[in-house]
Amino acid sequence: MRYLPLTPPDRAAMLKKIGAASVDDLFHDVPVVARLKGNIHGLPDHQSEIEVERFISSLAGKNIHAGSCPSFLGAGAYHHHIPASVDQLLLRGEFLTSYTPYQPEVSQGTLQYLFEFQTQVALLTGMEIANASMYDGATAAAEAVQMANRITRRRRAVISGNLHPHYLEVIQTIADLTGFELQVAVRCPRTDENFTVDETTSCVVVQNPDFFGRLHDFSALAETCQKNGALLIVVVTEIISLGLLKSPGDMGADIVVAEGQSLGNGLNFGGPYVGLFACKEKYVRQMPGRLCGETVDADGRCGFVLTLSTREQHIRREKATSNICTNSGLCALAFTMHLSLLGEKGLTDLAELNHAMACNLADALVKIPGCKVLNDNFFNEFVLELPKPAATVVDELAKLPILAGVPVSRFCPDNAALKNLLLVAATELTTEEDIEIFAAELRKVCT
Amino acid sequence: MIDLDTSLIFEQGADGRCGVDMPAPPKHTARLGSLKRQNKIGLPGLSEPQMVRHYSRLSQKNFGIDTVFYPLGSCTMKHNPRINEKLARLPGFSSLHPMQPSVTTQGALELMDILSDWLKKLTGMTAVALSPAAGAHGEFAGMAAIKSALLARGEKRTKVLVPESAHGTNPATAAALGYNVESISATADGRVDVAVLKSKLGPDVAAIMLTNPNTCGLFERDIIEIAEAVHGAGAFFYCDGANFNAIVGRVRPADLGIDVMHINLHKTFSTPHGGGGPGSGPIVLAEALAPFVPLPYVVADGKNFKLIEHAADTKGTKTYGRLKTFHGQMGMFIRALAYMLSHGADGLRQVAEDAVLNANYILASLQDIMSAPFDGPCMHEALFDDRFLKGTDVSTLDIAKALLDRGFHPMTMYFPLVVHGAFLIEPTETESKETLDAFIATMRDLTAKAKNGESEFFHQSPRLSPRRRLDETRAARTPVLRWKPT
Amino acid sequence: MPQLRYTKDHEWARLDGDTAVCGISDYAQDALGDVVYVELPDVGRTVKAGEQIAIVESSKVASDVYAPMDGVITGVNDVLSSNPALVNEAPTGQGWFFKIKFSNAAQHGALMDEKSYADYTKGLHE
Repeated sequence: MRYLPLTPPDRAAMLKKIGAASVDDLFHDVPVVARLKGNIHGLPDHQSEIEVERFISSLAGKNIHAGSCPSFLGAGAYHHHIPASVDQLLLRGEFLTSYTPYQPEVSQGTLQYLFEFQTQVALLTGMEIANASMYDGATAAAEAVQMANRITRRRRAVISGNLHPHYLEVIQTIADLTGFELQVAVRCPRTDENFTVDETTSCVVVQNPDFFGRLHDFSALAETCQKNGALLIVVVTEIISLGLLKSPGDMGADIVVAEGQSLGNGLNFGGPYVGLFACKEKYVRQMPGRLCGETVDADGRCGFVLTLSTREQHIRREKATSNICTNSGLCALAFTMHLSLLGEKGLTDLAELNHAMACNLADALVKIPGCKVLNDNFFNEFVLELPKPAATVVDELAKLPILAGVPVSRFCPDNAALKNLLLVAATELTTEEDIEIFAAELRKVCT
Repeated sequence: MIDLDTSLIFEQGADGRCGVDMPAPPKHTARLGSLKRQNKIGLPGLSEPQMVRHYSRLSQKNFGIDTVFYPLGSCTMKHNPRINEKLARLPGFSSLHPMQPSVTTQGALELMDILSDWLKKLTGMTAVALSPAAGAHGEFAGMAAIKSALLARGEKRTKVLVPESAHGTNPATAAALGYNVESISATADGRVDVAVLKSKLGPDVAAIMLTNPNTCGLFERDIIEIAEAVHGAGAFFYCDGANFNAIVGRVRPADLGIDVMHINLHKTFSTPHGGGGPGSGPIVLAEALAPFVPLPYVVADGKNFKLIEHAADTKGTKTYGRLKTFHGQMGMFIRALAYMLSHGADGLRQVAEDAVLNANYILASLQDIMSAPFDGPCMHEALFDDRFLKGTDVSTLDIAKALLDRGFHPMTMYFPLVVHGAFLIEPTETESKETLDAFIATMRDLTAKAKNGESEFFHQSPRLSPRRRLDETRAARTPVLRWKPT
Repeated sequence: MPQLRYTKDHEWARLDGDTAVCGISDYAQDALGDVVYVELPDVGRTVKAGEQIAIVESSKVASDVYAPMDGVITGVNDVLSSNPALVNEAPTGQGWFFKIKFSNAAQHGALMDEKSYADYTKGLHE
């Protein structure tokens, strides 16, 4: 078997050294009733690369992917171009197959890219510090709420109804299981939200651009929060938007959480992704997740280590700030490499291109009778109101195939008022031709 | 190793430099409202040649399984097969958006279903939840299932029992869910003290969290008795599956009486550790807990597959809600399934046997000069403590740092906490006897040097690595967590 | 110089009028290694003897610190936040942690004196 180096003579020699007659002797602590006689039933025997590749490729072949046809999908995951060099470097074995940098002397590669990543995330979000990444944006958001609860010593979080529904659901699940209160505003793409913030509020959680793509300036809300001793948490699900938009830090956010998937990480059917977590420096000891810090070595040379670990589970155990162990290492590496290729100029240009394509897409779709763009403003995603249920339209267009966007009803099936709404996104991968085809076919389906 | 410069990207980037060419945006009517960014972000940009050089140089400062033996106990640093990487990158997976209509993603959903089937058969359990993003996340999901089940029964139980030797995520997870954690001591032979455990069981205990084999590398031989006692007290049995590599294909956790277990796909099933993630921590559940799963999950619907994403659509489950965006770590599912198909039931059985054989070979080859706290045989990892270093002024840490210069990544140190100065060595099955012999010879040499009074040699180690010992106190007293413009 | 008396958990308390000045012992700071951070209780908090009220951290370990006596916290050593090394350099002097206005002076007498504590720690040093 190609991954198992031991040969029969090896095994014999080793058993002799150990003083065991057979390998079964080494399993003698297993209760007799639990010892399987042969191999596990109902599973095939080993296969060659040829067979494995054939089978799994056939599964991949049953999918219609976003790169193969016009696609306009967003809703928290975005189809962007990843420069070829990013993935090539991810395959370097010293990145791919290394472990968490607990032996910093031989992990300076990992530690330095984490330090650079933390800096980039802080700069992008306009915040003072950032951690070395979380599982995804939604778990980062839930951790942020718990962090706000710890800092304010309050147990009531106010949540925007226009947060990405998955983020809301995750925060709700954590609230139910760990015992704190949520006050959730009503979800609505047409009106502005008002929040009641008082001295029982631990935090207010909002999103920009919101789930419906609308843009908001939360500066006034930040002041309200500050007056009441509550924290403002801003969620960003499309990180490229920060290339063009005012940063949450500049609005006065206390904590920013984001999904970093758009940089360096493909769609991958939903994972693995990379959660970003940034906040004010004064809250550093309450931050969940890993942190990389600068220091010097025995020769006085600059180097990096994981630090402030005493917040974490392996030291604080039941008193840890979170139970988190892993970060999203390789995904954070992809993010930081992609962003270092882009730089300020590239990110700005990329964001402008995204916005331009979305504007032209909106202008094309709005010409279709019965279709209306609900947003006054957006970055690269907006809500299209159709004359019929969006899910039906999407299924029709999928046959062509065109991946027309995400029906809001996919997230909120019980909300009749939102049934005809379609979330539509454009990126730098969207072409004028894609837009023409989409508009033509959508017109047919809508009549 | 020649020291090549790796200045920070912030020290390299020049204004206007960019490694990505883009077409100019077409004419359009902007609609950013008043939200357009007014100030600079301050991000550096590199050309492609610079970026490739920078990250290539950084990679050369890292140890990885590809380059060195990495016997980290309980981490299962096995070889990461490259076919897994090739298949995860197929566009039919990598460019698949999670919210596409199901009719366009049947291959992906089918893969998740097949993986679920493998996990159920390998563990003998009834149900699977694939969505947790990492081991600790899986622990949370599994303990949440227990909490939900007890709530459904109308019972309020406040305690969770955890062995002293447990990984820190266990008590952290229990505490996060609002439980009081009580420790169970071990016996002289390194297993959970069943008498103590039984004395602590009562109507206020919700669950026990055990790792099996345990973090001392030993199989809990009384596990069935433990399961019976736990169930008899109306509590549930959580198993931390971090050490599944010792028994995969040979023993099914369901046969041991376990109610729920998380599996680290990045340990037993070879998905790459990637410098700290991403992982994947699906959970398998017995019948009593099967209804209490997180959303979403895949069900077979005739010849097709469906994603259940809303509580209203669940039939026969009482979901406690969603734990992350979208569906789970699909990239890791593909890799893990490729690994399972490659090994098959026969190969996986061999994996466990070779893993256990390798660890015992190391134990047998070093126990005469190092101090093993518990009698062998061990399972897939060998545990030593620092008694053999008494009087030498050389610590466990010092041995580890000296190992670096010999081209080995050290074993896990100072864990588990139940012995002093622990060395936890997990070779895994993907190491050859030649590598083990080289490691054993090095450990024998270093032990001899320590006993010979050469403590200064150790205190000055490492000398050859890209950096020498780093000042962790300074990093914690004055945290510098980012570069700042001057 | 008023007497230092010690708890089993390596805290010390020194009476100063109606207040007990408290910290961790030299044995404790030595075992801990370089102290990087101290988390102190809020002033005004009522505490009971044996209650965990502070945390002292090195880069690798976080140790709980317990109140040696019942009372109310009347002061904390703020200087430790910028100079945690004081705990290592002067554990029974400038590296003090908190002051308790105690409610039961007899609790001090029940703690170990210098010699008993020295014998106790020797016994731990296997």
